[in-house]
Amino acid sequence: MTKAMTGARMVVQALKDQGVDVVFGYPGGAVLPIYDEIFQQNDIRHVLVRHEQGAIHMAEGYARSTGKVGVALVTSGPGATNAVTGLTDALLDSIPIVVLSGQVPTFMIGTDGFQEADTVGITRPCTKHNWLVKDTARLSEVIHQAFHVAKSGRPGPVLVDIPKDVQFATAEYTPAPKARVDHYQPRVKGDIEAITRMVEMLETAERPLFYTGGGVINSGVAASQLLREFVEATGFPITSTLMGLGAYPASGDKWIGMLGMHGLYEANLAMHDCDLMLNIGARFDDRITGRIADFSPRSKKVHVDIDPSSINKVIRVDLGIVGDVGHVLEDALRIWKARGRKVNKDGLAKWWKQINEWRAVKCLSYKPSDKTIKPQYALERLEALTKGMDRYITTEVGQHQMWAAQFLGFDAPNRWMTSGGLGTMGYGLPASIGVQIAHPDALVINVAGEASWLMNMQEMGTAMQFRAPVKQFILNNERLGMVRQWQELLHGERYSSSWSESLPDFVKLAEAFGCKGIKCADPKDLDDAILEMLRYDGPVIFDCLVEKHENCFPMIPSGKPHNEMLLGNAETQGVIKAAGAVLV
Amino acid sequence: MSALNIKKGATSHSAYDLRDPHSEAVESHTLAVIVENEPGVLARVIGLFSARGYNIDSLTVAEVDHTGHRSRITIVTSGTPAVIDQVEAQLGRMVSVYDVHDLTAEGPCVQRELALFKVAGKGEHRIEALRLAEIFRAHVVDSTLESFVFEMTGTPEKIDSFAELMRPLGLRELARTGVAALSRGV
Ligand SMILES: Cc1cc2nc3c(=O)[nH]c(=O)nc-3n(C[C@H](O)[C@H](O)[C@H](O)COP(=O)(O)OP(=O)(O)OC[C@H]3O[C@@H](n4cnc5c(N)ncnc54)[C@H](O)[C@@H]3O)c2cc1C
Ligand SMILES: Cc1ncc(C[n+]2csc(CCOP(=O)(O)OP(=O)(O)O)c2C)c(N)n1
Repeated sequence: MTKAMTGARMVVQALKDQGVDVVFGYPGGAVLPIYDEIFQQNDIRHVLVRHEQGAIHMAEGYARSTGKVGVALVTSGPGATNAVTGLTDALLDSIPIVVLSGQVPTFMIGTDGFQEADTVGITRPCTKHNWLVKDTARLSEVIHQAFHVAKSGRPGPVLVDIPKDVQFATAEYTPAPKARVDHYQPRVKGDIEAITRMVEMLETAERPLFYTGGGVINSGVAASQLLREFVEATGFPITSTLMGLGAYPASGDKWIGMLGMHGLYEANLAMHDCDLMLNIGARFDDRITGRIADFSPRSKKVHVDIDPSSINKVIRVDLGIVGDVGHVLEDALRIWKARGRKVNKDGLAKWWKQINEWRAVKCLSYKPSDKTIKPQYALERLEALTKGMDRYITTEVGQHQMWAAQFLGFDAPNRWMTSGGLGTMGYGLPASIGVQIAHPDALVINVAGEASWLMNMQEMGTAMQFRAPVKQFILNNERLGMVRQWQELLHGERYSSSWSESLPDFVKLAEAFGCKGIKCADPKDLDDAILEMLRYDGPVIFDCLVEKHENCFPMIPSGKPHNEMLLGNAETQGVIKAAGAVLV
Repeated sequence: MSALNIKKGATSHSAYDLRDPHSEAVESHTLAVIVENEPGVLARVIGLFSARGYNIDSLTVAEVDHTGHRSRITIVTSGTPAVIDQVEAQLGRMVSVYDVHDLTAEGPCVQRELALFKVAGKGEHRIEALRLAEIFRAHVVDSTLESFVFEMTGTPEKIDSFAELMRPLGLRELARTGVAALSRGV
């Protein structure tokens, strides 16, 4: 039986029916009726943020760490425009979120009304899909469709723009099962013939390699499980992108580390020299491929991806399989087992011997110091002191992000939240709050750079208000470190505006917010300071003063192939030629 | 292993297998895109083309199924085979798109465009314009003592050549609808 209700109540009802337990948002005139409904119920918790960008990143952190859809609510005009960076971030990283925005009443649309913005127009290129609902009778169905679109196929952000008169008007509520979703049903089963070809290829390959990505995480925990089974059974080496960390455990012996611009030597050389590349849910991003013409020149390439447009977009592959990672791996495993579990044993043995030689280079080694804290050392200690804990990590963007990817190990999916595609400074702090709200008892740490952290530091207020005991582990080099590194390598050491000037006193800042501040500058004090952070029951701002001029290596300079990566500070001058310098 | 003859995923109509994927030659393709007739759908499609740097050589759109809320967008685009494949895949994954047909790749198709030509002139020019219009089967849909408006339906090439002929005879204005296309046979 259907029920009549106001649009505002419909919003809340539809969210409940979609299993939503928390909404990150910020009120304003155009969403007051919805806030009034939220006030009058207890099933959905509202987390009041301090800036709408924060709401979107929190929803992202919530979504990535749970596998569920994250939800944010913003008002019209500035509320909606503040959401744009977060939406774009979620689009590039394939994060399922639903954003509800208020809009001026339908009869005022187009009149430059107070706080009117063309929200669907502005967000069209940064959402997977969006809707302007002009009729209350359509509202609940559209919200159900929005959830369906956000999580089906390649996940992504969607936005529903709701004029204020639509929130006040009354209509029949459409329950979730009655909402029309048949028009959007992306294919999840891979073509069996193609999967069989993949199995044939992997049976004979001499130097096979799994190159996995965020798609495995998107596909769900079962997909990670199948991937592990496949890797163990075949004995193939596996590398992953920044977005796929944790799908295969970092402690597994087939793991050869992250690949890409700041990936491990062994992973990148294995990519370059393999004869069969199995891309499972990764998208041949430019941080991975380096110079396209020299990208893994001798390999056959297989690409499993749920989005047909990912296949052959950047790299032309020999075999494309459109489907969900979990479904495709399940079929592939079954077929491979039925055909007798064949692999090229001799080839593999030689391949592993080669990989182990590359591993012996120990590309992550750095020059230790007993005077200043090396950022790598700080992360090694953080890793050691949090081992075995129920731990989630978020990051900001920059060198610290890359070091976190290199020095922290992830043994399970959904434990690592980072802004990969858009590289949004200011992501990590709000994302950590979103994660903590979803996992109240877990240890949630944001590994940050001081510059990124300042971009959304107002959200410490949110952490305090909602008792989210997030740990802000700031690797403070008093520099826009990643920018400084590029200026050193590319622009003749002319450090144009890459200093973090006039930094606040982070300990006092913590006190001002009412949380705990810890400052550490001496490597000898570091362990105790980290333990103090871990013991504290509440949010902590940890100001870790690190070496100011450390560069992040390994590094594949822009426009270079994998086998020309830089391992250390030697010979870095002038390595990036003019053609590489135009790349980012 | 030679290039594998596996069809490229959801774009099951792609003729990608038949073409040289590495060809750098630019081809013109006519795509029929069946979309949900909702506000903003055209902006989505056009936004995709501009955001990703694809070419639109011609575009027409109109509702073709009122009860089913479906419109048909016919787009003539040009690019290398790899780009055409991307265009098709990018369109195919849009939530408002039901179906994408690469009419050029799927087999023979008929392509028609309607054009209106305003030609002004007197004396010999006027007579010549009328004579050529007859040869091209263009109809006179408006006339004054000093001008004609011709209406013509045909392939874009035919319209181009008629326009070229009319130019020296006093072509003042030209309005074209863009291409509508259907595959031949059933
Ligand atoms: C400063 C900086 C440096 C960076 N350096 C590196 C680096 O050194 N190495 C690195 O790896 N990255 C690096 N990145 C991140 C990089 O920019 C990309 O975000 C990342 O490489 C993309 O990861 P991905 O290929 O796994 O794709 P994602 O963006 O995670 O995309 C997932 C892919 O899987 C597909 N997919 C989604 N769901 C499914 C499903 N259910 N089944 C099948 N397929 C699915 C999607 O269609 C998509 O093609 C860096 C980022 C920054 C900000
Ligand atoms: C919003 C935004 N603006 C600018 C950049 C460009 N950028 C990338 S890394 C970086 C410096 C980050 O500095 P910090 O947060 O201190 O981290 P570090 O590199 O020092 O570890 C900048 C400015 C960005 N990624 N995002």
